[in-house]
Amino acid sequence: MPIDFDMRNVRQFRPRVPGGTVLRVLAILAVVVLLFTTWFTVEPEEAGIVLRFGRFARQVPSGLHMKLPFPLERVLKVPIERQLKEEFGFRTQDAGGSRTSYSQEDLTSESLMLTGDLNVAVVEWTAQFRVREPSKYLFKVRDVRKTFRDMNETVMREVVGDRSVNEVLTVGRQEIAAEVEHRLQALCDQYENGIKVEQIVLQDVNPPDAVKPSFNEVNQAQQEREKLINQARADYNQIIPRAKGQAEQTIEQAEGFATDRVNRARGDAEAFNQVYAAYARAPEVTRRRMYLETMAEIYPKVTRKIVLDEKLKGVLPLLPLQGAAEVTP
Amino acid sequence: MSPIRVVVAVIIALFALAVLSSAVYTVREGEQVIVTEFGKPVGRPITTPGMKLKMPFVQSVHTFEKRFLEWSGDPNQIPTKDKRFIWVDTYARWRISDPLKFFQRLHDESGAQSRLDDILDGETRNTIANHELIDLVRSTNRVLVVAEDVAELSQPEPAERVEHGRNKLTAEVLANARRRTGDLGIEVLDFRIKRINYVDEVRQEVYARMISERKRIAERYRSEGAGEAARIAGEKERQLRTIESEAYRTAQQIRGKADAEASDIYAAAYNRDPDFYRFLKSMGTLEKSFDKDTVLVLSTDSELLKYMNTAR
Repeated sequence: MPIDFDMRNVRQFRPRVPGGTVLRVLAILAVVVLLFTTWFTVEPEEAGIVLRFGRFARQVPSGLHMKLPFPLERVLKVPIERQLKEEFGFRTQDAGGSRTSYSQEDLTSESLMLTGDLNVAVVEWTAQFRVREPSKYLFKVRDVRKTFRDMNETVMREVVGDRSVNEVLTVGRQEIAAEVEHRLQALCDQYENGIKVEQIVLQDVNPPDAVKPSFNEVNQAQQEREKLINQARADYNQIIPRAKGQAEQTIEQAEGFATDRVNRARGDAEAFNQVYAAYARAPEVTRRRMYLETMAEIYPKVTRKIVLDEKLKGVLPLLPLQGAAEVTP
Repeated sequence: MSPIRVVVAVIIALFALAVLSSAVYTVREGEQVIVTEFGKPVGRPITTPGMKLKMPFVQSVHTFEKRFLEWSGDPNQIPTKDKRFIWVDTYARWRISDPLKFFQRLHDESGAQSRLDDILDGETRNTIANHELIDLVRSTNRVLVVAEDVAELSQPEPAERVEHGRNKLTAEVLANARRRTGDLGIEVLDFRIKRINYVDEVRQEVYARMISERKRIAERYRSEGAGEAARIAGEKERQLRTIESEAYRTAQQIRGKADAEASDIYAAAYNRDPDFYRFLKSMGTLEKSFDKDTVLVLSTDSELLKYMNTAR
């Protein structure tokens, strides 16, 4: 229904209330405030907690919502879908761009911890979490983030304190992260802070700086060991196959010799048998013939010949054999 | 309306507003309140949030936290039972369980903090001084896993057993603290050790120990390497000798067997007439051993020359 706004009436009214203009401005302001505080938006990753006179009234999801105007109802927004992160032992300074830069400040007091064998390790990690129950997150624990950090440090040290330095530095990483996640969630539930621990990620896990070189030395020594062993194996592999080959050579040579020897023997025997067969047919003649033939062969070769009568005895020492001996060498 | 009446109206309005704002108060979520009348507490503490009424002006409101609060210990140098100096940093959770008592005994949070400092720091000190370091570091007797190849080296104190464990110790501190804070209107909910570190001098010692331990392991690797290399060299030597000697043996066997066979063959042939063989061999030897430098002394009696005489 259109309002019949009679300006004359207003003018009429004016002299009776001198503060009328001021009141009107105040009234308009009040209306504006009321209007602007009756609707609110909740971002997609957030949840809205509406409080009436400070008391929790309702929780609303993302979107546009109405509430009673300002003094009566207030709204708090909590990012329940966003993954939040706490870092320990390091701080990401600028995660934008292609390169993440880290703060240079010394945070070893956060990351230095005692292992179960009373050694020291530097463990850096991040805790990723979400707010699961906004009303608990807001109203159960004061200073939730700081408390959460303290809980993290406590649990991590508890878990690392039950492991050897070797486990912490090498094989146990996964297990430690899982164990911390599990215990931290239990502690969150105990404290009713409304936090859901999503993931614990171990970052750099190192021995303390002062001890690092000696850890490297162990690695080096390990390499050295491998090197020495490999060298020895190389040497072995260089010598042994050759020796095997040479051994085979020796055996082959022996086989060769054996074949040679036996064949020669057979040949000689065969020759003898042949000669003997001939000889056996006429032994006496053959024997003489062979003797004489041999002599005939020999005599021409010899340049100095001395013939002695069979009756002469003991002349041998007198013979001029010296000359012959001198010629001989 | 005269100006005086306007002024009076405004004054009355302001007064009404003042009365209203003094009579109405809100208790927010996470808060609790006690109402006092000229300093004297009235009624029960109000722990539910919402809008409340009270007598204006004569009553005042004291607001306290209902949430869990934090107490953070002063990092402190404490000797353990086994005389090791360590830095211990602790924290506790607590809450105001009885705001009235709290208000009477401690007045406000800073009063509570300083009282908690006294109690918790003291209890921490007592408990730690009564236990060994290992009890503080470890929570269970879980068997520590160490890499197999360094197993016997990296457990310098394998005999140490955890008698109590960290959780029992903190539970002990908590129980004592609870007893002592019972009538202060506060409740200590949890007590934990946040950090333990060696004091600087001890840390240097520990580092030195870790370094020497690593060096031992490194030395072991090196000597293991040298040992293994020597073993391989030895095996090489043995193999080499085995191969060579076996080859020699086999070769000799082959040769010997061949010699024997040859010998048998010769014997079988020559045995048919040893005398003829001797003759034949002599002839062959003669033929080979004479050359131009040989001086031949012949008797006329010899086989060849005997015909010289008879022919004459």
